[in-house]
Amino acid sequence: MISANLPALQVVLPLLGAVVCAFLQRGVYAWGVALIVTATMPFVAAGLLIQVMDGGPISYALGGWAPPVGIEYRVDVVNAFLLLLVSLIGAIIMPYAKASVEKEIPADRQAWFYAIYLLCLCGLLGMAITGDAFNVFVFMEVSSLAAYALIAMGRDRRALLAAYQYLIMGTIGATFYVIGVGLLYSMTGTLNMADMASRLGGIESSRAVLAAMAFLTVGISLKLALFPLHVWLPNAYAYAPSIATVFLAATATKVAVYLLLRYFFTVLGTVFAQQSLPIAEIVMLLSLAAMFGASIVAVFQENVKRMLAYSSVAQIGYITLGIALVNQSGLTGGIVHLFNHALMKGALFMAIGAVFYQIGSVRLADLAGIGKRMPITMGAFALAGLSIIGVPGTVGFISKWYLVLGALEHGWWWLAFLIVASSLISVVYIGRLVEVIWFKPVSAAAKRAKEPPLSMLLPTLLLVAATLYFGFDTSATAGIAAMAADWLLVGAR
Amino acid sequence: MSGTIVIPPGLILIMVGLLIAITRGHVRSIMLLAAPVVTLIAVWSVPDGVAYSTQFMGYEIAPVKGDALSRLFATIFAIMAFGGGLFSLNRENNTELAAAFVYAGSAVGVAFAGDLISVFIFWELMAIGSTIVVWCGRDGAQRAGMRYASIHLLGGVILMAGVAGEIAATGSTAFNAMQPDSLARWLILAGFLINAGAPPLSAWLPDAYPEASWSGMVFLSAFTTKTAVYVLLRGFPGADILIFVGLFMVFYGIIYAILENDMRRILAYSIVNQVGFMVTGIGIGTTMALNGAAAHAFTHIIYKALLLMSAGSVLYMTGKSKCTDLGGLFRTMPLTCVCGIVGALAISSFPLTSGFISKSMISQASADEHLVIVWMLLAAASAGVFLHAGIKFPWFVFFQKDSGLRPSEPPWNMKASMVLFSILCIWIGVFPEQLYALLPATVNYVPYTASHVVFQLQLLLFSGLAFFLLLGWLKRTLTITLDIDWFYRGLGRTFERAFHYKTSKVWGIAVERAYRGVVRFVETLYRHHGPQGILARTWPTGSMAFWTTLLLGAYLIAYYL
Repeated sequence: MISANLPALQVVLPLLGAVVCAFLQRGVYAWGVALIVTATMPFVAAGLLIQVMDGGPISYALGGWAPPVGIEYRVDVVNAFLLLLVSLIGAIIMPYAKASVEKEIPADRQAWFYAIYLLCLCGLLGMAITGDAFNVFVFMEVSSLAAYALIAMGRDRRALLAAYQYLIMGTIGATFYVIGVGLLYSMTGTLNMADMASRLGGIESSRAVLAAMAFLTVGISLKLALFPLHVWLPNAYAYAPSIATVFLAATATKVAVYLLLRYFFTVLGTVFAQQSLPIAEIVMLLSLAAMFGASIVAVFQENVKRMLAYSSVAQIGYITLGIALVNQSGLTGGIVHLFNHALMKGALFMAIGAVFYQIGSVRLADLAGIGKRMPITMGAFALAGLSIIGVPGTVGFISKWYLVLGALEHGWWWLAFLIVASSLISVVYIGRLVEVIWFKPVSAAAKRAKEPPLSMLLPTLLLVAATLYFGFDTSATAGIAAMAADWLLVGAR
Repeated sequence: MSGTIVIPPGLILIMVGLLIAITRGHVRSIMLLAAPVVTLIAVWSVPDGVAYSTQFMGYEIAPVKGDALSRLFATIFAIMAFGGGLFSLNRENNTELAAAFVYAGSAVGVAFAGDLISVFIFWELMAIGSTIVVWCGRDGAQRAGMRYASIHLLGGVILMAGVAGEIAATGSTAFNAMQPDSLARWLILAGFLINAGAPPLSAWLPDAYPEASWSGMVFLSAFTTKTAVYVLLRGFPGADILIFVGLFMVFYGIIYAILENDMRRILAYSIVNQVGFMVTGIGIGTTMALNGAAAHAFTHIIYKALLLMSAGSVLYMTGKSKCTDLGGLFRTMPLTCVCGIVGALAISSFPLTSGFISKSMISQASADEHLVIVWMLLAAASAGVFLHAGIKFPWFVFFQKDSGLRPSEPPWNMKASMVLFSILCIWIGVFPEQLYALLPATVNYVPYTASHVVFQLQLLLFSGLAFFLLLGWLKRTLTITLDIDWFYRGLGRTFERAFHYKTSKVWGIAVERAYRGVVRFVETLYRHHGPQGILARTWPTGSMAFWTTLLLGAYLIAYYL
């Protein structure tokens, strides 16, 4: 009974949790509710993944209304993988959140914070699980509105502007998305994604479908912060509360990437596969611009959270590059990087969150010599940084390897070079961080720092351990990513 | 697969290295000394063939695969870790020692890596470990460390592109002898050569190593360049280009070492020079040459470490490393002086030292192949080695003028490691058969024939004579206080004139242009990417929306066309 209703539980539980949290006065109680809810999520997602891997895609008719009329939750290996990722990150953050939230959020808003956090989680999971194009829009708005609120809770006053800008841009993105869906609906008469895909046969090159493609691409690109539509992201990440940054950096953009995959390969697979359209080429160009442009910006940043945010823009470039390669290795690289980047960027932002917890600053100058005061946290930070560079033995290497193979499968040596060359820029900014943190004299701000409480340290170490573990044992991550890539490529043929 | 469980030897040093980071006092000392011994035992318990294999990213990889060549290099790396550990027992900086052991363990890992992916993994670990060792050095080591890391990670990505290309082309991860005949293999070769200190990127070595601490440089001298020699031996034996690369390195090292004033920088240039001999040997590619290159790597690690221990002791006791600040230390540091001289004799290939029995094999191989020019250049270089490392280092540090410094001998552990390595230098020189037995191929070479010995002695004595005649002439014309200064600057200018006369003007302009170009490039980058640059500053919301619309328009046009 439960196993049959797992798809519904995945979305309904956090929604209910959010409602309960909203009624609680004390932050601690709300935290307890959120802890329980998020802790169950990975089990639900793992259950779904196992079912999908054993028995193929699951179709779940919400409320008993059969698709395509009713809303269908459709789980295949691609989104099951993503559901597991989002649930895991959502759960790992929770123990860390208590101390951090108590420090950064006023006491009377803490319960609200957890309610919004769960709402955001609900929205992201919903976007990933639903098979209905309009339902995606609904969940997109749920998650986005929650995200704006989360960011606006930052202590820095610039957080308000950042949240406002994200709101404007996010709304434009969502509007474009819904215009695209509307165009597709007018052409096919259905909102069910699978149904839409099958009805698009024969009208792939009609003007309306092409316009829909453009609107969807730009709308989703905004959400996933593809260069040059990333401008909302650095400030949003930099000034949001630590928890919000960790959570959004590790999950929100990843779900948007999933949407891009879903539209490019499943819904509009036949459109995407047309040789005449330069979709992949444009995405590749923008990805490369992100990989280089954003990385170089990161080199010059003085605010570490902002530096990592630009690094995120660059890393998203790797993911979309994998998509633009449209072959098995490249797509595997892109999908596995989706997972890997969530791990390493989550770990980095957690470590920096711990620094903020201790010294109340994330300016590079204030971090000088802090490695001597917080050796474990900063050791974890350095290891996750190595993963960003793509050193073998870390997950970053795995992603880079598949992307290089993907480029070589096309015979594109120049692209292989660019992929590895861009990682040299990350050497500069990560090296600069490590140098300042470990080898500079201890700054006045860093003097009073000490290791954060275990509740913050352990989740950070867990994520770092995962970046190392999945750097060696790739059967789970790259294996599933390869399955997902196979699954998607079938759709695009 | 053999029935017994094989412990990956490199892993022992890496794990102990990580433990060293959090231990103090006697426990640390015991680990520093015991881990290399255990590693050595593990090295000799690795059977021939693949001893351990596993799956990685869907490839069958063999992180531990034994044969004579692997064992030879792993053995010397373990011995080196022991010597370095003993020398550094009194080094307080845990981070440096931990990094040094991870670095040493990764080098052992490369020596046993049976496939390209394993090679690459340990290769990158080595780069990280060695970068941290550099970082733990003197003031100013941080920037040098960043430059060092950038070069090595550049080498790493070139290697990675090559390895990926090779595997994509052949479908096999095997690391066997190959010729540079495809783009992928050229890239692999380039990646290897960057670590060997080959042109055009030789400068990373003398730039970074002398910035390391007195103990750090002892470790650095041994592993990075010699693992590069190892992988070249394994991957590219007989690749002709290596002869030219090697000869270039030989003379690059000599010329710059003669111009140099810092004793440890002299020894750093001399590493490039000595690795040049090995690379030349690999390029010649006959059994004799390959054996010679392997043997020379073995002996070189010992005597170069010995020289750097001697120099490190001087630096540790006096805090100075410039030849002009030093001199006359034989009075109060006799043991350090004697050990330094043993190392100097060995690097100069004096008969009865280890250098003689290994370097002569490479020369002999060039003679056997009738490579007359190569042979003559190598002979000339041998004389040059004696000039820059054999005499210059001990003479200016321990003799020459009296600098007034009266440092005492270093602590016991530093003395012990120097004595140990001195004994090794002479032992191998007197009983070469024991080293020859370890070499990958059977050795049919007798170093101690009358003609070899007489030839080498003549070469050395005449170049020694030249050094002192030149010195005497200079001395007579100048006052004592000025002479060293003048000697360096004067000789430096002479050499500069000799080697750059024609090219200097053009070269100077080119360098100036390039430098200005780089500055302008960084300024441009900063203008666009710096905190106030267009790409980094916070955009007004309106322009964000405008650009979004613009991009939509671009997509629409692109799709419609």
